[in-house]
Amino acid sequence: MKDILSVLSTEEITALSLCSLYQKNGYAKYRMSKFEEYDLYVKNKDFLVSENVITFTDTDGKLMALKPDVTLSIIKNSKDQPDSKMKVYYNENVYRVSKGTKTFKEIRQAGLECLGKITDTEIIEVLSLASKSLEEISNSYALEISHLGIVKGVLEYFELSTDTSNQIIKFLGEKNSQGVVDVCKQENLGDKDTSLIEKLVTVYGEPKKVLKEIEPLRLNQKISKDIDQLSMVLKGLEGDKNVHVDFSVVNDMKYYNGFAFKGFIDGIPSGILSGGQYDRLMKKMGKNSQAIGFAVYLDELGKQSAN
Amino acid sequence: MTKFLNVALPKGRLGEKVYAMFERAGFECPSIKENNRKLVFENTEKAVRYFWVKPSDVAIYVERGAADVGVCGKDILLEYQPDVYELLDLKTGVCSMAVAGKKDFVDDRNKTLKVATKFTNIAKNYYSKLGRDIDIIHLNGSIELAPILGLSDVIVDIVETGTTLKENNLEVKEKFVPISARLIANKSSFKFKNQVIEKITKSLREQTDVL
Repeated sequence: MKDILSVLSTEEITALSLCSLYQKNGYAKYRMSKFEEYDLYVKNKDFLVSENVITFTDTDGKLMALKPDVTLSIIKNSKDQPDSKMKVYYNENVYRVSKGTKTFKEIRQAGLECLGKITDTEIIEVLSLASKSLEEISNSYALEISHLGIVKGVLEYFELSTDTSNQIIKFLGEKNSQGVVDVCKQENLGDKDTSLIEKLVTVYGEPKKVLKEIEPLRLNQKISKDIDQLSMVLKGLEGDKNVHVDFSVVNDMKYYNGFAFKGFIDGIPSGILSGGQYDRLMKKMGKNSQAIGFAVYLDELGKQSAN
Repeated sequence: MTKFLNVALPKGRLGEKVYAMFERAGFECPSIKENNRKLVFENTEKAVRYFWVKPSDVAIYVERGAADVGVCGKDILLEYQPDVYELLDLKTGVCSMAVAGKKDFVDDRNKTLKVATKFTNIAKNYYSKLGRDIDIIHLNGSIELAPILGLSDVIVDIVETGTTLKENNLEVKEKFVPISARLIANKSSFKFKNQVIEKITKSLREQTDVL
């Protein structure tokens, strides 16, 4: 057995240990074909990290694609059962354009999806599995959690136009508080209102501290409900010192809602894990079930710095 | 073992000005002022390490994690769209991104506009918002020469005082984005070196607030 392990790369060993973690927690392995009809990706272009897809014509004349993403295939092939649950994990190669070379690259991705009726229990389970996945890679990791409902709620409360909201969301993702303040000024918001929106950018870190700081954001019932949910879920993760609240995790709100999260490893420059709830994507694809899931980008492991 | 904070500073006047701000924030590194050919400067006591890089490369060092934080112009951030946090407007190195051309130049919308620039993406975005059909001529320096020699109709470039333009019989047609130096941070470093990065940001903010 030892001999076999020595043949495997870090990437492969990590992938396998993640698979075993997910299997132990009641997730079933999901196998899929390498190809999907290109149509699936055209319809959901914005959901993909990179727009470019490798395509080819199949023997029957259909335009096919090498899959650039796993989640879309899982949703497409799942039965719509809003009252039950489907828990799956995968360890697959996807094909995306690399930012550096601007050419296609094969990337190994492991991850899981939970489809069906999603309550706080499932959210806590998925988040703690995300945390454990990072722990498999390194002891020095951080899981950054945001609640898109709170962000959206605050922007809607101030009745900002879609354009302005998108600008603020972009600045939020950059932690650019000056940018947010400038946009608020353009919209003639008062100092007090501006400082409330700015809070989304400036609060960061330890859950208890952040929860106290965002109390003033309880502007209406809807936001209040979302803050309660965030607080509830964070309580469920209590004891996990690597969990932080960070509203700069802004997944595309066309597809995502509720919880959104990203995982980082000390020494790896960009996020290695990314996930969230994507009920809106489900609806767009004609499903009434809710869903939450995440992916671990195993190719990032190779970028760990030597020092 | 204490972890060093790696800071990428842009070579030149702006970098020196910004280093002075870091120094006032309590992150001094005396060896940086010695006149030698060293590339990396450390202060073990403060656990900080500085290095000078070409201004347009700062964002790359930070995005890739070779530097935890860095200082670079908003122009570079707009042009390369690096995946980093933009923590603070340092309010120094203030200038504008502008369109400039010969004084007597009048834009004829029937023709494709020839634009010479170092900032291809910024120019493309600006004109696509206006719905103007353009041809981009990418140059690496002496952009002002292009309209004089007829290589281009206009240029898109950084304008500070406009003296160079004036001396060459050119003028600013429109300033469209204000530019200044920004403190940027690597997304991963921000989590793992949070305390020190927050401390620097806070102290630099106090310094810029009075500007």
